[in-house]
Formats: sequence, C-alpha cells, structure tokens
Amino acid sequence: MSEAIVHTHDDAHHHDDHHGPEKGFKRWLFTTNHKDIGTLYLTFSLIMLFIGGIMALIIRVELFEPGKVIVNPEFFNQMTTMHGLIMVFGVIMPAMAGLANWMIPMMIGAPDMALPRLNNWSFWLLPFAFTMLMSTQLMSGPAPDFGWTFYAPLSTLYGPKSTDFFIFSIHMMGASSIMAALNIVVTIFNMRAPGMTWFKLPMFVWSWLVTAFLLLAVMPVLAGCVTMMLMDRHFHTSFFNAAGGGDPLLFQHVFWFFGHPEVYILILPGFGVMSEIIPTFARKTLFGYHAMVYATVLIAIVGFLVWMHHMFTTGAPYSAQLYFMYATMLVAVPTGIKVFNWVATLFKGSITFETPMLFALGFLVMFTIGGFSGLMLSLVPADYQYRDSYFVVAHFHYVLVSGSLFTIIAAVYFWLPKWTGRMYSERLGHLHFWLSVIGMNLAFLPMHFLGLAGMPRRIPDYPLQYTDFNQWCTVGAFIFGFAQLIFLYIIIKSCFSKSKPDVSDRVWEDAKGLEWTIPSPAPYHTFETAPIIK
Amino acid sequence: MHYIGRISLFVCLILFAIAGFATPGINMPVGVSPISKQIYDLHMACFWICCVIGTLTFGVLFYSLFKFRKSKGAKAAHFHQHIGIEILWTVIPFLILVGLAIPATIVLKKIHNTDESALTVKVTGYQWKWKYEYLDQGVSFFSTLATNQDQINNKTPKNEWFLLEVDKPMVIPVKTKVKILVTADDVIHAWWVPELGVKQDGIPGFINENWIYAEHPGIYRGQCGELCGMNHGFMPIVVEAVSQEDFKQWVQNHQSASAVDNTNSYKTFTREELVTLGKVEYEKSCAMCHQNTGEGVPPTFPALKRSRVVTGPATANIKFVSQGVPGTAMQAFGDQLDDKTLAVIITYTRQAWGNDKLTEKHKQSIVVQPIDVKNARLSKK
Amino acid sequence: MASNKQIKSNKRLIIFLVCGVFFMFGFCYMLVPFYEFVCKKEGINGKGANSAALKASDMKVDTTRTIKVEFTTTIHGSLGFKFIPLQRHITVHPGETKLIYFFAENTTGHEITVQAVPSITPMDAARFLKKTQCFCFTQQFFFKNQKADMPVYFFIDPSVPKEIKEVTLSYTLFDASGFPKKDKQAKFTSGRINL
Repeated sequence: MSEAIVHTHDDAHHHDDHHGPEKGFKRWLFTTNHKDIGTLYLTFSLIMLFIGGIMALIIRVELFEPGKVIVNPEFFNQMTTMHGLIMVFGVIMPAMAGLANWMIPMMIGAPDMALPRLNNWSFWLLPFAFTMLMSTQLMSGPAPDFGWTFYAPLSTLYGPKSTDFFIFSIHMMGASSIMAALNIVVTIFNMRAPGMTWFKLPMFVWSWLVTAFLLLAVMPVLAGCVTMMLMDRHFHTSFFNAAGGGDPLLFQHVFWFFGHPEVYILILPGFGVMSEIIPTFARKTLFGYHAMVYATVLIAIVGFLVWMHHMFTTGAPYSAQLYFMYATMLVAVPTGIKVFNWVATLFKGSITFETPMLFALGFLVMFTIGGFSGLMLSLVPADYQYRDSYFVVAHFHYVLVSGSLFTIIAAVYFWLPKWTGRMYSERLGHLHFWLSVIGMNLAFLPMHFLGLAGMPRRIPDYPLQYTDFNQWCTVGAFIFGFAQLIFLYIIIKSCFSKSKPDVSDRVWEDAKGLEWTIPSPAPYHTFETAPIIK
Repeated sequence: MHYIGRISLFVCLILFAIAGFATPGINMPVGVSPISKQIYDLHMACFWICCVIGTLTFGVLFYSLFKFRKSKGAKAAHFHQHIGIEILWTVIPFLILVGLAIPATIVLKKIHNTDESALTVKVTGYQWKWKYEYLDQGVSFFSTLATNQDQINNKTPKNEWFLLEVDKPMVIPVKTKVKILVTADDVIHAWWVPELGVKQDGIPGFINENWIYAEHPGIYRGQCGELCGMNHGFMPIVVEAVSQEDFKQWVQNHQSASAVDNTNSYKTFTREELVTLGKVEYEKSCAMCHQNTGEGVPPTFPALKRSRVVTGPATANIKFVSQGVPGTAMQAFGDQLDDKTLAVIITYTRQAWGNDKLTEKHKQSIVVQPIDVKNARLSKK
Repeated sequence: MASNKQIKSNKRLIIFLVCGVFFMFGFCYMLVPFYEFVCKKEGINGKGANSAALKASDMKVDTTRTIKVEFTTTIHGSLGFKFIPLQRHITVHPGETKLIYFFAENTTGHEITVQAVPSITPMDAARFLKKTQCFCFTQQFFFKNQKADMPVYFFIDPSVPKEIKEVTLSYTLFDASGFPKKDKQAKFTSGRINL
C-alpha cells in the first residue's frame, strides 16, 4: 500500500491506521471518522425516536376519549408541537445524515468525508440544540405550543417566552444540516474513486446529492424566517404584524418556501435506500436507472415551486390557487415514475423476503397510499374540506412513517450486518415488521375518515361522534410504539453481543456496490487507497 | 407465508377503506350546498381514480411477489430499461391528472364567485369564540361554546352535541346565497362548516370572502380550522338555516345597535340572584380559561381563587374585566358582555372558592350591581 | 489523505457552496420586498394603494354599469376605540370618484397613535379600487376622548373586469404605539376632520 506523506485531519489517528480508535467517551466526542459519526447520528436519532414517540403516545392517550383524559389543552398543544419538531428535525433528518455518513464514502470508494472535523461539529450541534429545545418543557411558562409550523402571529405576538429558545435551537439544527450538506456535496463531487462517473453513482448517493443541494438552498431560508420572528418579537420590526405594515401571510410564504422542499429532504434519501434494497433482494438491476436519476432531480426542482398548496384557504387569488394546484399535481408524475420503476424491478426478478425487503415492500405499498391522499389534497376545492383536518394528519403520517421511517429501518437492517459483522435474528425482524405494519395502519388509516367526517387537527378533545375511530388510532399507535422496542433490542444485540462476527463481506446474496467488497464489520478505515472502477 | 400475509392485509385495508367511505357520517358529507356537493363529487372521483391506479400498480406488485419468488425457483431476468415504457407511464398519469384538473378548475371558479348574494355576514374569529355581524340588518353577537366545563372534565355526562354547541348560532335563510366576510381579532382562525362546503381563514388585519348556501333547513356544525392557541378545539360553529319568514322574525328579535344590550343596567339584584346567575355566566364565558374551580392554568391563565384583583376594590376589578389586558388572551369583555352579565360574573367571582372571606378581609364589597359596572365603564383611567 | 490538488478543489467548491448558503439567507430577506412587489403589482389585497393613487386625466366614467362597494371596520384586540363606517355601502360607476366617511372616537382614556390597515375583497378586484385620499396613508394621533370624521376619496378603475359587481373595503384599526414613526406624533392628524 503506498503510504504517500499525506496530511490527515484526523488528530486521533495521526499514526498509522493499524491502531484502532481511542477508547472511552473521548473517542465519541472528538471522532472525525465517518463511521463513528454515522453511528452517533443514528444513536441520537434512535433516542429521539423514543422521546418523540412517548409524546405521540401522550397525545393518543388524551385522544382516547372525549373529555379531558390526562393532560390539559395547553400541555397538549406543547406535545403536538414538540412531537412534530422532534420527529422531523431530531429523528428523520439525523438518521438520514447518519446513513449518509456511514455509507457514502464506502459507496464511492473514498476513505472518509471531505471535511471530517466539520463532520464532527455537524453532529455535536444536535444534542445541544435538542437539549435547548426540550429544556423549554422545564421552564416556567409554556413550552412552544404553536404547532411545528409556528405560524405568526400566534408564535410572534402571542408566543410564550420559551419561543426564543425554540428559535435558537432551530438555528443550531439548521447550521448542523447545512454543514452536513456541504460536506456531502464536496465529498461526492471530489472524492469519487477513479472511474466512478456520474451515471455509475449508486442511487443512494445520487439521492443524497440532490437532498444536500435542497438543504443548502432552504435551511438558510428557515434561518431567515425564525430570525424575522425574533426581530418581530424583540426588535419592534413588523414583518408579520399588520399593525406595523407587515403581513401574517408573509410568514406562511417564507415558512412553506422552506417547508415544502423540507418534506422532499425527508424522503429523497429514503428513495435512494429503496433503490439499493429492492434490486438486491429481487436479484435484478434497478429498472430505469437514468429515469430514476432524472425523476429525483425533477422532484427536487418542482418541489420548490409548489409551496402555496399549504395555504389554499388563506384567501389567495384564483389564478394563484390554479397555478399551485397544477404544479402540485405535476409532482405526482416523477414520483409515480419512481414507484413504477421499483415495481418493474421486482417484475421477473428472483425475490426473497429478508427483513430489509419486507420494510421496502411495506414502504412501496403504504407510501403510495400516502401519495394518493396527497393527490386528493392537491385539488383546491376538495382541500377546502381536508385542510387542517385529520385527513392531512393521515396523509403526512403515511408518507413520513411508512415512508421515511420505514426506509430508515430498512436501511438499518440492510447495513447493520456490514456495520457490526453480526446477522440479526430474521424471526425478530419479521415480527418487528408485521407489528409495525399492523400498528401503523390501525393508527393512521382511520384518521382519513376522521378528517373527512370533520375532525380538525391539533385539538385535545373532540365531539362524541369521533370516539370509536380515535380509539382504534390509539390502540394502533401503542402497537406501533411497542413494536419499535423489538427494533431497539435487535440493534443493541447486534452491537453489543459478545459473539464473534460471522458475516461475509457480501452479506446479501446479490448485493452490488463497493460497500460489499470490504469485510464485515467494516474496518475503521476503508478505501485508503482508491479502487479503480471499470 | 409472506405473500399470503401481505395480500390478506392489503385486502383488509381495501375493504376497510371502502367500508369507511361507504359508511354515512364517516366519509366527507355531501352537504346541503351546491358547492359541498360538487366538492364531494370531485373528492369521490379522485378517490376512485386512485383506487384504479392503486389496484393496477399493486396488482402487478403482488403478482410479482407471488410469481417471482426465488423459493419457487424463479430466475431473474436481465432487462433493466425500456424508454418506451418510461414514456408511457409518464404520459398516461399526466393525462389522468389533466382529467382531474379540469373539474377542479371549474368548481374553484364557482367558489370564487360571490355575486348576487342576498345577505352578507361578517365573521370574526376571536380567541376563543366567533362574532357574527349582519352588516345590513344591524345584528351583532358573539357565539361561544355552550358545553359546560364539567362535561369536559368528566364530572357530568356529555350531551349529544358535546363541543359542537353554541349559545347563539348564526342564523341564515334557506335557499339564499349568503356572502361571508371572514377576519380575525388576534391570531389566525378558520371558519369551517363541512356540510356547507366552506373553510375560510380569518387573518388579523385582512378580510376574506366566501359564500354559503343551504338547500334545506337544518343545523350545520363545524369547528375552528386553524390552530389558534389553547382552546382551538373549543370554539365551534353552528349555522342554523331557517325559512325566510323565520329569518325575518329572528332579525327583528335580535336587532340592536351593538352586540351588547344594556337594557338591564339600572336594575338591582339581591346577592343570591347575582351569584346564581353569575355562576352560569361565569362557566359560560370565563371557565374555559379560568376553570370552574377558579384555579386557572397558571401562568397563562391566572387563578381567580385568592386573586388580589378579584378580592380587591370593585372598580378596579370591573375595569380589569371590562378593558381586558392588551397583548394577552384576556379580552375586553366590556365589548362583548352587557352591564348585567358583567355584574353577575364579577359578583360571583368575588365570593366563590373562599374568595368571600378574602374580599371581606380586604374590606371590599362583594356585591357589584349593573349600575356599578356602567359607572366604572364611563369613568376613565 | 487528500492530495493538494484535491484540497484546492475542495476549497473552491466549499467557497462556492458557502456563498450559496449566504445568498439563500439573503434571499429569504429579499423575499420580503419581493412579496410586497408582487402583491403591489398584482394588487393582491389592494396593496400598492397605501399612497394616493393618480387619476389618469383621460379616465372616463363608465356609465353602462355599476358596482356596489361595501364598507366594514374591525377594531383589533382590546383597543378602546369606536370606529365605524358612516355609510354601509354605496353604488359607483367605474371611473367615478366618490367621497365616503368613517367615524372614529378615542375611548381608551389616554392619547394614542393608531394605524388603519385597509383590506379589499375579492382579490381579483382589489387592485382596481384606488384611493386618492385616505386616513390610512399615515398613522393617526388622537388626544384623549378625541373624535374625528375620516374621509376617503376613491374610484374604481374603469378597466375593472366586467364580472366584478361587488367590492368590500375593510379597515382594521390597530394600536400603532409599538411602531412609532420618526416625525412628531402630533403631526399625524392629516386627512381627517376633527370633531
């Protein structure tokens, strides 16, 4: 191995790479190794999943029956707000970043990310951000209680004192995402192994490349939005206050200009994972690779142009509503292309049903159902009935839970043997899958009907007619919640088991890609010499 | 076996979904307005199209999962692209979308056309109630949740229209196009009545318009459709559609110069009368925030029990309630309630929950008469 | 690990991307005037009319049709003001200038500066309602207990689409104490008749 005199940024490993990582907490605090940082992101995300999940269960207990059950309306609003913020910014985004950190360097044959120290800082911002956010629960006065969408003037003029802590924590989360995205773009552009041209790039890498550009484009807009909020609250500006010449609707425009691309940020890396898993377990090359790449890019671009579909009932002019309706419906086309390509990959394949594949198939069915409710929501007149009702809650949980979360879980099952060198129990994995699917559908399918029947969202208490379906939802939520404990057990067992690692390099029979050419568990440093791709 | 599990689960989902849509009261209501009917038709059309696309897609998917299992000896084919089929499944969905967009455009145009309304009602959202003003008829009133706190706190059984009942509904004549102007006083609210097919945001500082039309007489209920603070779930909407004659009569009964009717300002009442009436009015207008127990939800909604203001000088107490506290949820109730109602509420609070002992200890009077309220309003700071 | 060439290439890309990030942050703030611009241009909510509109010298009154203009007022929050339109609605020909009045009385118990914010519906008609004089163009200062009649001169541009038959002009009155303008408060009594 040619050991040219190279300058390594990795302080803890300035000798040669035959020493392992440092021991103890210092390893984790100061690591610049992409595998360690990936592990940190994923562990953080898992912890936040349970915290956000407990909040969801509190919500569902309160909604088990009409009348007050366990919490008062003020606290309930805090739970819905924090649950949303934690799941979006504390679970899905860090988990996707964790997968990116672990896999992208290995998939492109790079030794590490382009900016390893920045990588460390990107992660460590998150625990600080979330400590600040969650500490608002302990402050006197309410924690943020205005929904994860924090519309003005509810959050500016009428927001509690903790709102300012919320703003600062959003800034930190945003900075973390921006730095991570920067790192990913530079890594993918500049550190691909020789011969890995753009159209040889694995789909997961493509999808993260597009996502990283989206992050770089819209996280600063979110930062601007919350800064304007801070200025309105404390510096007598009136961006969102009609009294001083401002406009509450401006808030919604700025927020959703960030908010809509944000939902594509939450799903696109998951699409990439699906494009890795489905061909592997169908033992057939992904159908329509080029179309998939173009569809991903098209989804990202069109995603910038549809934000006002969150604002159809605000009193927009007719022409604006028409344009945004047409543009929103248009997004269904590239998304549909992706679904059809996945199905075509399965068609005439040779399929087995290991746990990653189960979650991928669950995603395929249920994300598509979520897509259908999205199509219904795009029709403006119908949206007048759906908006701010449980129909919307059903839609976004189908695309985020059985969409994003399932892709993350599938990815973990898929790559866990590579990370730890041990195979998990397929029996337990299957149990996790079936309980999750049953719980998830029981929890969220009835919500479509609740919304259609007229139940608004973000209410702690409801008229008697909605009782039965709400009770099903609560039961389903608990089943889903407890199913994740199986997942926790599987992960802990895989990571900490005393048994000898016994998994091959390739792990899965038809796995293709550079990451399957290295040993399992993956050595601390990989691809220190770049492979040549033919 | 996986595929059996999958297929049965999927079939169950479909059956449940169809059952759900077929069950009255659980699907979107057809409603009583031409617009609500058209929205319903659009919604069902989209739903069926999605069912067809879903059946086709999932059909191919499940067929593949069944037929091409490795365990049954399937060998993978090698094709991995086909430009023709990519074009096909781009163009066909696009055409389906165009097919959906056309009726949606037409219905939307109708919604935007508020011409030829015979009646205009201005709807203002407040934290946490609605105000209805019939601008041409001079009728103006607040509409508050009528469900008692005791039902919400599970102390008494819940009645049929729990959380969907108000003290004063909005009354409209049947078969009449009614234009509604929607705005808000504090934060963004939304006026939503599913059976009338209408949802319109009320934004402070702005005015939006929409229209409603009831084919049949009846009572149509809805809820606020935009998170507006703690009691977002407790500000329902009730619209009562009555015959033209009944509507005329109702207008005559409710006409007055302002929302507040001060004909009782010069009457005096005994302490017992004030307290009895006051308890009812307090639980209607104040208990949502300050609770039936007077303990409030501190610090957002202070406790009235043992409160300095409530057990202190009467004039200051009256001013507090009447003028509100700008920048907080404590509204200027002097604009919403008449002298007598304020008097009974204030008297009630000054002696409830043990406050009577404190008020007496502070050497302040418990009893507040309507005339005291009137005088306090007229005297300035 | 990284060669010099790669570090240089990294640096260039990083600088480019970081500039992009700062640009997007600035873009967010640019959205504010951009939003104002689009609203003014399209006349959404009647924006663009917070200063006197100019009447074209050759503007003709369209006597073939009339438009009903309704007026309504809202008082924001617990502001102690009486503020009502003195006429509920009027009928105008497009192109015809009309004068209407609003009555305001300060019942807060102290002097105060207020701002009236106009809003027009339907959106498609909003940009055609033009005011040549309005109390909403400036903040208004009121002494304790002061009353005033506040006139508005307006016309509806004759190019208003034929479908428009009704327009509503609404004012919301806000307490403007939090947004003091640089000039002395007492100057802001223009455009009204003190009673």
